[in-house]
Amino acid sequence: MTEQNQQSLETLQDIKRIMERSSRFISLSGLSGIAAGICALVGAWFARNEFKPYYKNYNGRGGYEATDFQELKFRLLIIAIAVLAAALASAFYFTWRKAKHNKLPIWDLTAKRLTINMLIPLIAGGLFIMAMYQYNEWRFIAPACLVFYGLALVNASKYTLSDVRYLGLFQILLGLINTQFPESGLYFWAAGFGIMHIIYGFVMWWKYDRNG
Amino acid sequence: MIEMGKVNNKSFELKNPITGLNKIFDNRIRLGIMSVLMVNEEINFNDLKQMLEVTDGNLATHLLNLEDNGFLKVKKGFVGKKTNTTYSVTKAGEKAFTDHITALENMIKGVK
Repeated sequence: MTEQNQQSLETLQDIKRIMERSSRFISLSGLSGIAAGICALVGAWFARNEFKPYYKNYNGRGGYEATDFQELKFRLLIIAIAVLAAALASAFYFTWRKAKHNKLPIWDLTAKRLTINMLIPLIAGGLFIMAMYQYNEWRFIAPACLVFYGLALVNASKYTLSDVRYLGLFQILLGLINTQFPESGLYFWAAGFGIMHIIYGFVMWWKYDRNG
Repeated sequence: MIEMGKVNNKSFELKNPITGLNKIFDNRIRLGIMSVLMVNEEINFNDLKQMLEVTDGNLATHLLNLEDNGFLKVKKGFVGKKTNTTYSVTKAGEKAFTDHITALENMIKGVK
């Protein structure tokens, strides 16, 4: 009887494990979040350094100069692309490592679902932000990054660890607050993409990966 | 004799949680297939194979068995020129599986 009981328990645990594994992508690593956050902070530091010569010239001249602005714009775009590439690569690496360690496939049905559902708000946001960039509407670029990224996370949370939802909600909130302080965009951006990623990554690592 | 039978029958109803258990789900692969289908609206053969880590022939046999029992629906389609067979759970399959889980849970609770 006890043996049978034990068997039933194991069967139920198997069922639960298979249901979880086949409906959510569970290999997302906490270290991925930390790595992405560090990339964002380094990027924000480089971006901040770009503003110094720009404002020095601006104040020295006593006014706006289109070529200077275009130069700054271009340099910031390059930094942004570099940060995105580095963050994606490092986030992917740690998640790949975790999947390999747990002998789970990295590119299965759940990974595809997660990717598609994350990309929909993310690409829409990316194009929207590029349009703002095109028309020199710089004030709401940082808030839009945070809000669209937050929406992407909330959407993605249905297909991966549900904790991602809270990170998403915080990013949205931060983005909306940022709309009232558009001059501080870079700091809000660094707080959202840098610090919040690191905190989230650490909490996830503590919760799921520490013993693995 | 009759009275004995009655007593047995009564205790069977009260204590025996095995009533909801389904022989069909004794097999681990069939149990796995049902677990996946319960949380996925629709899934194709290859994704199912990857999820359960089984061979083509093995999976096909158990899928056929579940289909014959009326527990799953099969939809044959095409993705480009390749055939794409997708599976989903039927109402009967959902009920049988839920009953099976309830029976397992009762067995654990019953012994405590």
